[in-house]
Amino acid sequence: MGEGVSYQAQQQIKDLGATNIIVRSVKPPEDSSRTAGGFFIPYGLLREDYTRILANVPTIRNAVPMREIRKEVRNEDRAVDAKLVGCTPDYLDLNRLRIARGRFLEDRDLTEVANVAVLAAHTAEQLFRHEDPIGRSVQIGTDFYVVVGLTEPRGASAAIGGSLEARDYDLDVYIPLDTLRWRIGDMVMTARAGSREGEIVELSQITLTVGDLDEVDEAAAIIQSLLEKYHKVRDYAIVVPKELLRQAEMLRMLFNVLLVLIAGISLLVGGIGIMNIMLATVTERTREIGIRRALGATQGDIIRQFLTETVVLSSTGGLLGVIFGFLCIPAVPMIRRLLNAFFPHVVASLPPNLQKLEPRIALWSIVAAFCISVAVGMLFGLYPARRAAQMDPIEALRHE
Amino acid sequence: MSDTTVASPVRRVVARIVDLRKDYVLGKNVVHALRGVSLEFRQGDFVAIMGASGSGKSTLLNLLGCLDKPTSGRYILAGQDVSQLDDYALSKIRSRYLGFIFQSYNLIPQLSVVENIQIPLQYQGDDSPAALQRCVRLAKLVGLGDRLDHRPTELSGGQQQRVAIARSLVNNPHVILADEPTGNLDSATGEEIMGLLDALNRAGRTIIMVTHEADIAAHAHRVVRLRDGRIEHDGTP
Ligand SMILES: Nc1ncnc2c1ncn2[C@@H]1O[C@H](COP(=O)(O)OP(=O)(O)OP(=O)(O)O)[C@@H](O)[C@H]1O
Ligand SMILES: [Mg+2]
Repeated sequence: MGEGVSYQAQQQIKDLGATNIIVRSVKPPEDSSRTAGGFFIPYGLLREDYTRILANVPTIRNAVPMREIRKEVRNEDRAVDAKLVGCTPDYLDLNRLRIARGRFLEDRDLTEVANVAVLAAHTAEQLFRHEDPIGRSVQIGTDFYVVVGLTEPRGASAAIGGSLEARDYDLDVYIPLDTLRWRIGDMVMTARAGSREGEIVELSQITLTVGDLDEVDEAAAIIQSLLEKYHKVRDYAIVVPKELLRQAEMLRMLFNVLLVLIAGISLLVGGIGIMNIMLATVTERTREIGIRRALGATQGDIIRQFLTETVVLSSTGGLLGVIFGFLCIPAVPMIRRLLNAFFPHVVASLPPNLQKLEPRIALWSIVAAFCISVAVGMLFGLYPARRAAQMDPIEALRHE
Repeated sequence: MSDTTVASPVRRVVARIVDLRKDYVLGKNVVHALRGVSLEFRQGDFVAIMGASGSGKSTLLNLLGCLDKPTSGRYILAGQDVSQLDDYALSKIRSRYLGFIFQSYNLIPQLSVVENIQIPLQYQGDDSPAALQRCVRLAKLVGLGDRLDHRPTELSGGQQQRVAIARSLVNNPHVILADEPTGNLDSATGEEIMGLLDALNRAGRTIIMVTHEADIAAHAHRVVRLRDGRIEHDGTP
């Protein structure tokens, strides 16, 4: 289980990149934004922030600014409520997207402020059904964009610890960042509870990559102080995957410590149980011990006999434990299915890590389980075995 | 194997005790169970130890059996003084030189007849096929050739005592020690068991037996009578 949890978390965080620093726009709490703007509320990262960061953090190798808006995208009478992503060419690699056909955005598209778009697989399917979208155009707002490429489907990345939302790439439409700025602008209108409200956001996210893992902390600190200086309200968030990685590692250690503690307590309880059984056995078989001693058994022989019996007992327990552990692999999805069927809202309220948790059996843990049960047998069998060996043969023989 | 050894005219001394004393300390009281006993046992002896209850018979037999250490005195067995050896050495002496027959048979109930007979060899580290054969042969010798895989609970008292006798022989001991071997048996079965011991003695076995009963003691060639931890009589029955 511990392995399963940490494996998931680490995989997600590695997806984000350990040398990355992600800066996001975050809508500030209601009341502070009211005073700031009124009807149109400007918040979040500015293009100036982007240039300031580039100018002040020397270790940055790569920076990818990005702006995303929910927007209707049309092809004649078909419409999709797509996620319009204004970005630079580097966005492709950064998010591990792959081009299925055509090409992704190029530097030329940005400098020319071209009306071109790259569609995610699902968006293309919704808008064009079985037709080939490449070379055709889609309508966004009042403008038309030529489709130059399609990306392959990519699984969603899960949310991590609340600081990053889950990101779904299915309904994306990628256009050059500058095109988005000049054609659509920073203001977004949203219908909300009858009244309309507008937001002004220049950049949704800037993803920065430093050259070396050691440079992450310093770069993050500089970025933090830069943003603090120019933003009166906290309308941004800095996510450091490396930091998350460390947190996940801590979490895993904590989890493992907890498991070890639980295991330790159950071993202790089990061991004491075994010791009790063996003490009872020794008393019950006092006469047998006397007989064996009279017939030439040394104290060592008696210890060996009872230790062997205890170890057989405890390692049988260990074996059963391992078998039970294996049975947990099919049991976990089964339990999850049951929970989903009967208490869907309970499952939905669990953190996503737990929802998708898969038990992984580490080979070492099987070996360890077996060795530990043998060791427990040895440890807790020693006292009863010594008691047996130290009996006076004559008294033992007289025992009824 | 020496089941058929014939006693030689000048018989060697197999066990000798010299001024053996045993005190039990019970709080402030000291019980003098043995107050200086000296005896010599020769190869092929058949000795009955008699005496009133509390006279020290079992104490003496336990010392002869190396199950206990004397308070003072010497015990020479197989040419060495074993009176002050440690627990490990005494276990090895028992394993090599002594055989035990108890009043209550003392078989291990979970083990079969052959396995019971095998126990002493197990502690000599001998689990060869030859050892197993020897156990089977001894079971046949005591008349239990057709009961090899039976458990002790499936046998009569007399049969159980026969298994115990076979077991006492399996390590080819210098001395067989028997504490009231017929005490739990009716007189007819007791006679059968005594017949078996007679036969073993004729074959050269040295037997030291504690008994209360005169007719059982009559099977022995020599009677040692104890009284209050001292020898009262040593000679013919
Ligand atoms: N473990 C012991 N602790 C204290 N005293 C003991 C112990 N064993 C024996 N005695 C005492 O030593 C004396 C001799 O005992 P022992 O058992 O040798 O007698 P016995 O001749 O075998 O008697 P019985 O015919 O009743 O078996 C007795 O007074 C007995 O109370
Ligand atoms: Mg007695």
